[in-house]
Amino acid sequence: MGDPFGLIGRWFMDLLTGWGMESSAALTLLRFLGAGVMAIVLLFACFFLIVAERKMLGRFQDRYGPNRIGPFGIFQTIADFVKLIGKEIVVPAGIDKPLYWLAPLLVVMSIIGMWAVVPLAPGFRGTDLNVGVLYLVSVGAIGTLGIIMAGWSSNNKFAMLGAFRAVAQLVSYEIPMVLMLLVPTMLSGTMGVVGIVEAQSEMWFIVAAPLAALVYLISSIAENGRAPFDLTEGESEIVAGFNVEYGGLAFGMFYVGDFLHAFTVGALFSTLFLGGWRGPGAEQYPLLGLFYFFLKTIAVWFVTVWIRGSFPRVRIDQLLALNWKFLTPLALLIVAVTAVVNKLAVEQGWSRILALLAANVVMAAGVWGALALHGRTVRRREEELRAGAAVSASAAR
Amino acid sequence: MHDPWVFVAFLLPIGLLLPAVAVLMGIILGPRKPNAIKGTTYECGMETVGDTWVQLRASYYIFALIFVIFDVEAVFLFPWAVAYSQMQLYMVLEGVLFLLILAAGLLYAWRKGALEWV
Repeated sequence: MGDPFGLIGRWFMDLLTGWGMESSAALTLLRFLGAGVMAIVLLFACFFLIVAERKMLGRFQDRYGPNRIGPFGIFQTIADFVKLIGKEIVVPAGIDKPLYWLAPLLVVMSIIGMWAVVPLAPGFRGTDLNVGVLYLVSVGAIGTLGIIMAGWSSNNKFAMLGAFRAVAQLVSYEIPMVLMLLVPTMLSGTMGVVGIVEAQSEMWFIVAAPLAALVYLISSIAENGRAPFDLTEGESEIVAGFNVEYGGLAFGMFYVGDFLHAFTVGALFSTLFLGGWRGPGAEQYPLLGLFYFFLKTIAVWFVTVWIRGSFPRVRIDQLLALNWKFLTPLALLIVAVTAVVNKLAVEQGWSRILALLAANVVMAAGVWGALALHGRTVRRREEELRAGAAVSASAAR
Repeated sequence: MHDPWVFVAFLLPIGLLLPAVAVLMGIILGPRKPNAIKGTTYECGMETVGDTWVQLRASYYIFALIFVIFDVEAVFLFPWAVAYSQMQLYMVLEGVLFLLILAAGLLYAWRKGALEWV
């Protein structure tokens, strides 16, 4: 039971080379099969992710959630899937055909593509790119592109509004996300995701950079486009936004992409900041590493669903102000402070983690003070406005 | 054939193909009775007036522009972050200088009112 993943890989290689296949061709075939299995497992995991998320949302909102089909309603998504297959895909007139059909596929592709670089357990991963972090950003951007394409091509003004909101929101929140990806890169000295996990052997990065982790989590929830940042859909404002003209399984693909993205956010967060598969005994027993990885992923995913179930939708001006006037300057500050403090700590021989933690506490206190001050000014201005309105109302009477 | 990108080259097309198969399945198995009314934008409710691809407010465009500037500059920071552990303090400070220039650009856009949603 030492290393089941390596064992399976070696067994398979032996089998293929035993059949007279060249080892490089066998390796390529192994990669191909691995990619296929990964994509299929992810798509099938959706059946349970969606039902689990709906159950959780139900509990957060003090109702049962799906509970009719199968024990505890766990076959609800399969029933939905069967229903969606049987529905007519109504294609509206005047659409931009290639973009319309490509958009849902691109959304799913971007989410599946992200899993290529995520190390699931020691020695068990899709691949280890030396530019892993940049790859994550670029593949994630394809999903944003898919959403913009969907809204643009649908020949519907609400969908168009959704696409424009996607430009304003999904694209904007990429800035703090990219900047926060610099922090794990800096602390580990590599862009490879496997290297980042390796560098967290002494301490998880969330301890050294809690603020960076928080900003990353917020911006990746916004990237995901779900409550409280679900302006691209905003069913009470722009009906369903970018996906309003999609039906049947074409819509189902957006649905799958959304729910799978939420889980992927958890996986990426736990890889970059929570040490990925790291945990006691994970190096000896890779299966244990896999267990730890999914435990952390599910924990972060649970938090994101919790946020979704708890907060109301923000207005678009609040959304943009939060990103451009708060998260982006904060992200720049975090990168600068982390870089300088870490280097100083190494040169002066301080404890790196303690120094970084202290710097983060100082930054958090500063940000807290600035926000409190800002909140007070805003409240005072509002009160003055209200008082002025009351005066003018009494004068009119 | 030990290129790590081989896996990505397999995974992305498969990731595109599987949903395509699902959508295709929906097209084949589902009924298909299009007509003129069904094909109109929104199918029911008020008929939309005019072209869909209208000119929208310029604010969206400005945000997209600021994004492009920042994203390109963020990419320049990644090599700096990778080389970080081999740097002297003054090299790190040069990176911080670059960040300050970025922040100055953000401040400029802020003061110009580009970040206001009007």
